Amino acid sequence: MIGETPLAYDPQFEGPIICVKGLRNSFGDFVVHEDLDLDVRKGEILGVVGGSGTGKSVLMRSIIGLQKPDEGDVKVFGESLLGRSDAETVEIRKRWGVLFQGGALFSTLTVAENVMVPIREFYPKMDREFRREVAKYKVCLSGLPPDAAPKYPSELSGGMKKRAGIARALALDPELLFLDEPTAGLDPIGAAAFDSLTRELQQTLGLTVFLITHDLDTLHAICDRVAVLADRKVIAVGTIDELLAMDHPWIQEYFNGPRGRMAAPKQG
Amino acid sequence: MQVMTNASDFVEETTADGVTALRFSGDLSIASIGNVPERLSEYPGGIQQLNLADVGYIDTVGAWLIHRTARNMGAEIVGGDDEATRLIAAVSSVDPAADVRPDPPNPVLRVLNEIGEATTLAFTTLAGLVGFFGSIMLALFNLLRHPGQIRWNAVIQRFDVVGVRALGIVGLMSFLIGLVIAQQGAVQLRQFGAEVFTVNLVGRLTLRELGVLMTAIMVAGRSGSAFAAQIGTMRLTEEIDAMRTIGVSPVEALVLPRFLAAIIMLPLLGFYASVVAIIGGGLLSWVELDIPPATFFSRIREVVPITDVYVGLAKAPVFGAIIAICGCYQGMQVKGSAEDVGRRTTAAVVQAIFLVIVLDAFFAVFFTWIGWS
Repeated sequence: MIGETPLAYDPQFEGPIICVKGLRNSFGDFVVHEDLDLDVRKGEILGVVGGSGTGKSVLMRSIIGLQKPDEGDVKVFGESLLGRSDAETVEIRKRWGVLFQGGALFSTLTVAENVMVPIREFYPKMDREFRREVAKYKVCLSGLPPDAAPKYPSELSGGMKKRAGIARALALDPELLFLDEPTAGLDPIGAAAFDSLTRELQQTLGLTVFLITHDLDTLHAICDRVAVLADRKVIAVGTIDELLAMDHPWIQEYFNGPRGRMAAPKQG
Repeated sequence: MQVMTNASDFVEETTADGVTALRFSGDLSIASIGNVPERLSEYPGGIQQLNLADVGYIDTVGAWLIHRTARNMGAEIVGGDDEATRLIAAVSSVDPAADVRPDPPNPVLRVLNEIGEATTLAFTTLAGLVGFFGSIMLALFNLLRHPGQIRWNAVIQRFDVVGVRALGIVGLMSFLIGLVIAQQGAVQLRQFGAEVFTVNLVGRLTLRELGVLMTAIMVAGRSGSAFAAQIGTMRLTEEIDAMRTIGVSPVEALVLPRFLAAIIMLPLLGFYASVVAIIGGGLLSWVELDIPPATFFSRIREVVPITDVYVGLAKAPVFGAIIAICGCYQGMQVKGSAEDVGRRTTAAVVQAIFLVIVLDAFFAVFFTWIGWS
């Protein structure tokens, strides 16, 4: 069958994990992205920042295939995903995990069952007992207490829901993790704990992380590079120090505003 | 081209120094692990070593498998590279002693528990409905003392949604019901040569019972469910709490307009439904029984006592009140998730229709007893 063979992938692929070129997205007359380019390197945590309505989530949705861009090309693991069927991209999609803003846990399933959903979907032949064990250690790996596994999402606090969402995103041992505002709505202690969890998982599991955030502390604490979205494109990518050296008004306002200065690590 | 993964496998071997070991090969990852977990869990004991020297790629699933097997067999892990050692350390530091689902209770206890819960729920719902009716009455008296505070805009808007927009569907339904009653009546009564009584059947049945009853069921499905869903969604988005904080009583602002709209609109809709049903019956009588419309309507005036109209109109506001109370009460009870909105909406419709039919039976007995038969 033409067009239905899954794309093969190269586990040793070393180029940019995500490569977005000339992306254009619009809703009716409203253009969200125009000629947007972005590369995400292997093994880095890339923070994506931008004012409300600059299309951070739309960018993520374009990369993972939930939003069909008007123009441009999106390559993940070196494979172009646009215009390909679900059956073709299945091997690529297995290699990423997504944490949605609200957690997006299935409310009729327990936390452990939520983690088992992607495993059952992609590897239906896996031994049932083993699948349960995998789900359980993923729950613990995300920093949840073991007794959270048989609970329903409605019984969890906001921070625990996020962790359960991470557990599900990690279900297939992905190499690439998308996080959409993971610390939004968490208290500073919970947010800091979540940041260190992200960093820890990224180091132990060798993940590449695409992290959308508004949280300046998160940017300073764990992001290797930061991409700034403004004027319908990525206006700058670099470490925070590199960005600070630029003289774009929005970037200066963002990092040097009252909140930006508070979040910056104190200089010796 | 197929995906490049090397299926994982293992063989038993005895090393030079006499240690029994399992030597793993291939990639130990979620994609390549295949039936290895099953084979390992069925594997007889006596293994002292797990050798990972030939393993290619390993992920946390493979690491977990090795950790678990080593723990169960009491074997040591050798030959893993840095990556494998790191991952195995990471997964072995967590202790998944947990369950995937909450423990299932004893089946006998569960059945008893469910019966008990259903009984309490039935009584608490009934008490809740009565209490809710009380708070609506309080709000109503409160408003009657300060008539300036009545939200006429909201009330009129509900009139439109509950009444005017229901005209089409209620009319169509009643017309068809009138047709069916006349048609079935004609077929049955013809056996006795009494087709002419079809007029009595259509006139009395629709004005006294079916017009209002069917309208109530349609309004419960259309508006009762909408009340529950609207108010329930507002509960979820904390709009109701916001209202309370600002000092607006949700009963006055949300429930009363719906309550008033339902008790005013239901008699009107019910009467309209009866009239349309009579028109449907008249049409069929004209076509099937050759009774001309003029004769049909003069017969209706002769055979239907005016008390039938009173019976229908007296029941309608009560049915309207029940629909509004059930819908708004269930909406106000929503908590937690969007799933609860769906459950409460269903409950609102089921309870409203059930109570309407129960009360209709009471009304039938009552009106016969006072001699309006």
